[in-house]
Amino acid sequence: MNELLELYLTFLKIGCVNFGGGYAMLPLLESELVDKRHWTTLDDLRDYFSIGQCTPGIIALNVSTFIGESRCGILGGLCATLGFLTGPIAIILVIAATLTNFADLPVVQHAFAGIRVCVCVLIIQAVLRLWKSSVVDVFTFCLYLAIFLMNVFSGVLPVKIPLPFFVIAAGVLGAVVSAYRRSRGGIKGGREE
Amino acid sequence: MMTLLQLMFEFFKVGLFSIGGGLATLPFLYEMSDKTGWFTHADIADMIAISESTPGAIGINMSTYAGFKTAGVPGGILATLSLAAPSVIIILIIAKFLNSFRDNPNVEGALYGLRPASLAMISAAGLNVVKISLIDIETFILTGNPADLFVPKAIILAIALFIGTKKLKWSPIAFIAISAVVGIVFRM
Repeated sequence: MNELLELYLTFLKIGCVNFGGGYAMLPLLESELVDKRHWTTLDDLRDYFSIGQCTPGIIALNVSTFIGESRCGILGGLCATLGFLTGPIAIILVIAATLTNFADLPVVQHAFAGIRVCVCVLIIQAVLRLWKSSVVDVFTFCLYLAIFLMNVFSGVLPVKIPLPFFVIAAGVLGAVVSAYRRSRGGIKGGREE
Repeated sequence: MMTLLQLMFEFFKVGLFSIGGGLATLPFLYEMSDKTGWFTHADIADMIAISESTPGAIGINMSTYAGFKTAGVPGGILATLSLAAPSVIIILIIAKFLNSFRDNPNVEGALYGLRPASLAMISAAGLNVVKISLIDIETFILTGNPADLFVPKAIILAIALFIGTKKLKWSPIAFIAISAVVGIVFRM
């Protein structure tokens, strides 16, 4: 019971400061769930993000459900998700009921110019930390570079490639390359330490 | 009562079909606006701005807002829970599956490919935030002066934050709060 309450409260806190959407949440989750509470690892978090990318719904929500489930089963998943939703619902209800031009207020705009800079720095640091466990050889480096460039230049590509496509293609490629290496009798499987 | 049920049904559908992040809900919201008249296209534009300035994702915020406008506070809460329901159900199923198949070599192989892919998408998302916070492409194109490409106040704050987060073991929440105050004080 206490653990469910702790899940709810932890995700309530994360939901209240999750500015800038899905990936901006990663550094926050790392600090709260990996460093402080040891509920998961940074590598597992990244796997949850990949899966969240190709399932319905908002990624931040998917990640909350995943972590809640891994702690306390289905009830845990529900508690974490409800906790995550509580803050945003309360904030929008207040804004919808009182302010009509909240985002136009100069104070709000200045504050968010500052917050965006912080979100930038936090994301860059998360990328640096994840690099070592994600980009482990030539294949993974090429995959990283190709998907990064296709995302950055998505505006000039003739067709808009949906993000779930990258995730599914990368998963299939990874499985095929690993299986090929196993069949060659190499010791290099999916995981390389 | 009918309105509440209809709200729940419509947002459940959005939750089920929008794959991959907050902005994926946008086309569905435009469609819903045309179909139901619960909110206008201008409301959606406002909500994008509000979502950039509040913690929630656009889909979550829009469901709360539309639910509140059509059926008050219960509407806001129910519409949001309906949006979340399909993804919660699906993830609970996947989580069970993932835990029992973690050691399967093919799942391990798939994750081997997924990791750099996920990191690439995180990097691209980071670059997008850099583009709207640290550099000012519009002014640079207008003046052609490379010095105008960078936003000095933002760069200084970024360097300070980079060093601060490395040296101090504070929670990111503290740094977000400090950045908000700096943004207000220095009129960024």
